[in-house]
Amino acid sequence: MTTEPIIQMRDIAKHFGPVIALNGVSFDIRPGECHCLLGDNGAGKSTFIKTMAGVHKPTSGEILFGGQQMHFDSPRDAMEAGIATVYQDLAMIPLMSVTRNFWMGREPIRKVGPFKFMDFKTANDVTMAEMRKMGINLRSPDQAVGTLSGGERQTVAIARAVHFGAKVLILDEPTSALGVRQTANVLSTIDRVRKTGIGIVFITHNVRHAMAVGDRFTVLNRGKTLGTAARGEITPEALQDLMAGGQEMAALEGSLGGTV
Amino acid sequence: MSNTGATVDERIKETSKLRKALIRPELGAIVGTVAVFAFFIVFAGDSGMFNPQGVLNWSTVSAQFMIIAVGACMLMIAGEFDLSVGSMIGFAGMSIAIISVTLGWPVWVAILLTFALCIAIGALNGIIVVRTGLPSFIVTLAFLFILRGFTIFFPQLIERRTIIGGISEAAAGDWLAPLFGGKVGGAFFVWLGDLGVIEVFSRGTRAGQPVVDGIPMLIIWALGLVIVAHIILTRTQFGNWIFAAGGDAQAARYVGVPVNRVKIQMFMFTAFCACVFATCQVIEFGSAGADRGLLKEFEAIIAVVIGGALLTGGYGSVVGAALGALIFGVVQQGLFFAGVESSLFRVFLGVILLFAVILNTYIRRIITGER
Repeated sequence: MTTEPIIQMRDIAKHFGPVIALNGVSFDIRPGECHCLLGDNGAGKSTFIKTMAGVHKPTSGEILFGGQQMHFDSPRDAMEAGIATVYQDLAMIPLMSVTRNFWMGREPIRKVGPFKFMDFKTANDVTMAEMRKMGINLRSPDQAVGTLSGGERQTVAIARAVHFGAKVLILDEPTSALGVRQTANVLSTIDRVRKTGIGIVFITHNVRHAMAVGDRFTVLNRGKTLGTAARGEITPEALQDLMAGGQEMAALEGSLGGTV
Repeated sequence: MSNTGATVDERIKETSKLRKALIRPELGAIVGTVAVFAFFIVFAGDSGMFNPQGVLNWSTVSAQFMIIAVGACMLMIAGEFDLSVGSMIGFAGMSIAIISVTLGWPVWVAILLTFALCIAIGALNGIIVVRTGLPSFIVTLAFLFILRGFTIFFPQLIERRTIIGGISEAAAGDWLAPLFGGKVGGAFFVWLGDLGVIEVFSRGTRAGQPVVDGIPMLIIWALGLVIVAHIILTRTQFGNWIFAAGGDAQAARYVGVPVNRVKIQMFMFTAFCACVFATCQVIEFGSAGADRGLLKEFEAIIAVVIGGALLTGGYGSVVGAALGALIFGVVQQGLFFAGVESSLFRVFLGVILLFAVILNTYIRRIITGER
């Protein structure tokens, strides 16, 4: 791939008091690729993506956005720059309708004289259309998000990010709580979004899910990047070993018959 | 990877139109309203409860409940409580009385200053809740005592009593007071009286005048607040933010909703509603008492819950809360008309609260698909 990266993160370190959460992480994301960020629990995945999304400020290291140095002071800054994050369980509000969730924070306005109303007609039509593009037929845009399955909720959040012009979409373990079929749906959504030229950062600790859609794979362990490999350069087994930190895992896998 | 998302899931049953129409926050309140009216038409239909004076009587009481229920409803949907509403009513009334009667300032100045003061206290409630992250239950409970304490302390300190009268005299000729204590539609009722549609007094100083001489501004305020709040909540961007702030504050923040601002503004709105209630009451009675508004916070919350709002926030309806307030007013006055011991009103409150919460929990399960 020769295209310029949208975001480059160089030697990012993040300390929380005495705790060193990230200790030199480098990562980049190009348009139209799915870059998987793998790592076991506690490897620093969440801290890293929150740094990218503007929630945390890095202690050291630099973030280049389109080749320029960037400082995000808030998630709002990052969002406006085109970095959208879909958090695993905080993406949607179950009691609110799909439309209300979809437009939350960026409601379309219709003016009637001096009064500003939310334009529900436009909001509903766009929501239905965007969801159809993602392969989900809603019964009605008034349907509460709580009635959707976990996979569908992730899809609403992804469709929302795409609609609002995300250039980079960060997905925080979108498949970890889902069943087999729903996972397949979310992975196919990722594939569909990638083809529109959006760069996707896919955080997971499931090598099989990563292998299914990933173009490149970066492994984090104990706050450091262990390296980045392109598709075809690395086997699932090698990825698994890198994530878990090598030998012990090999021994464990041996005793489990190599099925993990 | 096949695309299975677009196919209809065969395990989801078609929901009927009727069921869909029923699944709304106001359902319980609508059923309750119909039941309550049916009950009193049967048991108190001939007691004068439904003649013009009777209607005006329970409408006025309902309107009082409605004014504070609207504020409590918006705040509860935004995910917070205000237990200081009752004390705020007493405090606001006393503030108007002290400024206008004791200090002798014009009533309109007293009203405006009191509104500013109450809204500022509402904002303070909100700021403390938002900044400390403490439950609003605790913070506003503190203000319940603080405000009530001041409401008793100041008149005792200044006037050596806990009831201050003379506001009617002070308010005579004031331009702002009629907005809270006046009546509208007087000519219309005279016309109805002349037509014989409503009764007229046959004796006394008011002979020939209709028995109902106008609609109190209290009722106009209640209806106005219900309509405005309902439109804001269901039709505007800000309304969406209120739902979002109460539904899941963190998720709302992640998409850029100014959750803290929304919550503080809702505390201010609740204080505003309490102040409207207090002003109407003080102008009508002509006096302020240190015990005014006692337990009103709970009555407001009960009306809101009967109206279908969830105590945990993010879900509810202003129309439902208004119907909850109507149920209150009709039952409280209806028991009087039906000649039932009025202490039973509290029994009724407790029972209906329990039923409302059970019904709401059930409705929420259907809406969110929880099992």
